[in-house]
Amino acid sequence: MNIELLVKMANEISLFFASGSAPTQAARDVATHMKRFWEPRMRRQIVTYYEKGQGEGLNDLAREAVALLAAEARLSNSA
Amino acid sequence: MFAIDYRDCGTPAPRDAGAPVTIDIDGKSVTVPEGTSVMRAASLAGIQVPKLCATDTLKAFGSCRLCLVEIEGRKGYPASCTTLVAPGMKIRTQSEKLAALRRGVLDLYLSDQPPAWAESPAKGHNELETVAKAVGLARTTYGPGRRRPAPVDDSNPYFVFDPQYCIVCSRCVRACDEVQGTFALTVQGRGYDSKIAASEGQPFLESECVSCGACVEACPTAALIEKSVIRLGEPQRAVITTCAYCGVGCSFEAETRGSGAATEVVRMVPNRDGDANHGHACVKGRFAYGYATHPDRQLKPLLRASIRDEWREASWEEAIAYAAGEIRRIQGKYGRDSVGGITSSRCSNEEAFLVQKLVRAAFGTNNVDTCARVCHSPTGYGLKSTLGESAGTQAFTSVARADVILVIGANPTDGHPVFASQIKRRLREGAKLIVIDPRVIDLVRSPHIAADIHLQLQPGTNVAMLNALAHVVVTEGLTKDDYVAERCEAPAYQRWKAFVAEERNSPETMAAITGVPAGLVRRAARLYATGGNGAIYYGLGVTEHSQGSTAVMGLANLAMATGNLGREGVGVNPLRGQNNVQGSCDMGSFPHEFTGYRHVSDSAVRTLFERDWGVQLPAEPGLRIPNMFEASLDGSFRALYVQGEDIVQSDPNTHHVTSALAAMECVIVQDLFLNETARFAHVFLPGSSFLEKDGTFTNAERRISRVRKVMPPRAGYEDWQVTMLLSEALGYPMRYTHPSEIMDEIARLTPTFAGVSYEKLDRLGSIQWPCNDAAPDGTPTMHVHQFVRGKGRFYVTEYVPTSERVNSRFPLILTTGRILSQYNVGAQTRRTDNVLWHAEDLLEIHPHDAEVRGIAEGDWVGMTSRAGETVLRARISDRIAPGVVYTTFHFPQTQANVVTTENSDWATNCPEYKVTAVQVVRVSQADAWRERTALERSLHETHARARDPAHA
Ligand code: SF4
Ligand code: SF4
Ligand code: FES
Repeated sequence: MNIELLVKMANEISLFFASGSAPTQAARDVATHMKRFWEPRMRRQIVTYYEKGQGEGLNDLAREAVALLAAEARLSNSA
Repeated sequence: MFAIDYRDCGTPAPRDAGAPVTIDIDGKSVTVPEGTSVMRAASLAGIQVPKLCATDTLKAFGSCRLCLVEIEGRKGYPASCTTLVAPGMKIRTQSEKLAALRRGVLDLYLSDQPPAWAESPAKGHNELETVAKAVGLARTTYGPGRRRPAPVDDSNPYFVFDPQYCIVCSRCVRACDEVQGTFALTVQGRGYDSKIAASEGQPFLESECVSCGACVEACPTAALIEKSVIRLGEPQRAVITTCAYCGVGCSFEAETRGSGAATEVVRMVPNRDGDANHGHACVKGRFAYGYATHPDRQLKPLLRASIRDEWREASWEEAIAYAAGEIRRIQGKYGRDSVGGITSSRCSNEEAFLVQKLVRAAFGTNNVDTCARVCHSPTGYGLKSTLGESAGTQAFTSVARADVILVIGANPTDGHPVFASQIKRRLREGAKLIVIDPRVIDLVRSPHIAADIHLQLQPGTNVAMLNALAHVVVTEGLTKDDYVAERCEAPAYQRWKAFVAEERNSPETMAAITGVPAGLVRRAARLYATGGNGAIYYGLGVTEHSQGSTAVMGLANLAMATGNLGREGVGVNPLRGQNNVQGSCDMGSFPHEFTGYRHVSDSAVRTLFERDWGVQLPAEPGLRIPNMFEASLDGSFRALYVQGEDIVQSDPNTHHVTSALAAMECVIVQDLFLNETARFAHVFLPGSSFLEKDGTFTNAERRISRVRKVMPPRAGYEDWQVTMLLSEALGYPMRYTHPSEIMDEIARLTPTFAGVSYEKLDRLGSIQWPCNDAAPDGTPTMHVHQFVRGKGRFYVTEYVPTSERVNSRFPLILTTGRILSQYNVGAQTRRTDNVLWHAEDLLEIHPHDAEVRGIAEGDWVGMTSRAGETVLRARISDRIAPGVVYTTFHFPQTQANVVTTENSDWATNCPEYKVTAVQVVRVSQADAWRERTALERSLHETHARARDPAHA
């Protein structure tokens, strides 16, 4: 899928939770939102993108959230 | 004339039923609530007092003097329609004196009728005839009539006004005022010269009349009568069903002649016992059903291997086998998740349920979505997050108890006309109105109605506006803290309060963004928070934004903070666009949710479905519609089953959609017509109209109503049967013999539907979910003692401007809407006489913007955005502010969505239809412009195919 669009979507989700959630919770909330609403290939793609290039274009919170997804993916792959 | 099987009680039931009162009528004892008229009490006791000027949808008027009765101990002969019952009353409805008086009155009426009045097209349903029989007077004793003949007005495509039959009872005038609220009719002149006139004596079609038909139904004679009754004759049979147009979900009696395949609908009469509409309807539901028999209906399945080929007719067996074969072939080649389906908000609950079951159980993927994605998905997300349930909180009737009505991003008089009539009635009774809309919608100014405050904000700034309103509520101490303390999560409330109280959210600061003076915003906030019951109604002007979900949460925040939830007269209410938007969402049409909004990752829920359906179900969310398009363009999504939805016309950024569809290997379209999407289809399966099937629709108030088959399906199958055929061919047989069995399955698997059955629907008429052991008859008002979520949750709603901004290339903001006579993409209404009111989409442009571009009324203008360009005619209008242009999207030629972009709501991907930066220029040759855009489109599609090696 168009990675620019996924990055844009991730950033927009982050903009909401950046203020909508308690600060300690925000990255987790963004990641949860992506898990609940994004089809796996969308998540896979943004994780791959992040892992390849440090997630250029992602805002800080989105990057943090994608990092969480990436960590989870690694965990489940190794499990 | 009212419905053929209706017993008219003459006057309405009292709104606030008082204590029971027992009276005696002709020796019969009757007990009725205080406030009931003697006429109504008699009718309830089975005694029909002769009447002409009374009917039970209108207030008693007391002008015809036919309904006189005798009351023991009272002098004279009071009119029973205007006399209210009192304890111990003894009434006589028949006596020689009464008979003589009534004969005298009727004699005068008949003397004004043409000699052959009894032969009028109203035939046996002419109330004059009923009364003549009752009083025993067949013809007038006077000489020829004194009334001057007047010409017949047949300008309206659906009904005629023939003044020779008019008895000037003013039922039509009162229906237009009281029921519809349009005030188009008057009685002109006096005495024998009095006559009914539309507007300033204009033909109906040119008058302010909106063709709702209330007057036609109220008319006791053949003066106002449907052309279809004149053409086809008196109806013989009535079937109660539900309108298939908008989310009001009006109940109708379909009156027909003939039987079997020869059944003809003579007219649609709104059901006076209908819980959503109480006997009212609009021009679409009442009159625009002709599309069902339009010659454009495609009644045979069609097939082709490539979208460049011509269609060829196929048998059902061949078409279904081909479709199933392709799905399996494509899954074999590209993987299980390379296919998906789209359920329709126009089809029934049972049909939406079956399509999502087909996708999840037979395709084995969660790639199912619904056209509600593009309209109200933010409603589901926003209301579920804050209140705990993805639906509006009230019944329509709740508006009758509202003191302050806040309408935001909705245009009820055009989009939800029958509910608009209920709003208008309440406003005439004195409720206050706040409108938040970039456009001066009709509610802002119309006969006998004016908005107290209109916040005419810039498109795309709803969240800024809601934050500014909340700022005032919080900083001026207008919150209901006790209510919040009892019902909502405290930490989130405190966070929200602190956030909205920040100076940057004040109306003064936000004025620069919204364009609305702060003083006006402050007044609106105070009015909503302190004016008594505050009720919010909103539409797509809230949801179809990049911050659609945030705005819905903003509305819920406001309502919670001011204690405006959980009783009659208040609430947060989405006005749903299509008839079954609520239902299709309820039915598990979203890729991440089963029925009743339960996430697919919830293993307990999944197990329930797996046991019932006998298959393993995927636990990950599937693709949403825009994601399907993206996945198609990257080659990982290759087949789509679309039931009853024209995504090419209705979805944004048409070029993107068509490229995505063109890249697919099998598109299966099931519809009434070869729509725009069918241009990209390989299999076409004929659909059935709402007249041709059984099922249920769920309207904007969560009301489940029955759709009943009036005639057999013209193409041989009801839509749910077609889905079954496909499922069977895929090796996953479904065994339902009637949609009621599908509803039983839904009830079995969905806690909020547990108590719903066809038997109960037949008994109660309709049911508002949740319906279960706790609420066996359904739930008109939600969140009564506590929020469904448990504690209500406030969300901080930071305003984030859309990335769609004006610049020197695209200096205007386009926003879109709809119009009364047309419906959605217009596939149905365009195929009816409704085109007489709206034959094309127009671009509304402010006089100032028009002038600097040299654009005059009616000129062709080209409109360009960064997504595409289209051409349409201009209408100069100051309903919109300078800098904003507005159009509707009912006609495919306009291709309004060619210009809308792929921007979407952050939470749900609901497209941002309401904000597109555009440039508008005058063009001399519409066709040349169109050809150019068509050329560009085909280049674009070629380009897309080139990107897709599998299809090269
Ligand atoms: S059709 Fe409706 S709007 Fe038109 S005159 Fe009759 S009641 Fe009024
Ligand atoms: S279109 Fe809507 S308002 Fe009109 S009759 Fe149908 S349901 Fe009622
Ligand atoms: S019906 Fe009572 S006065 Fe006409």
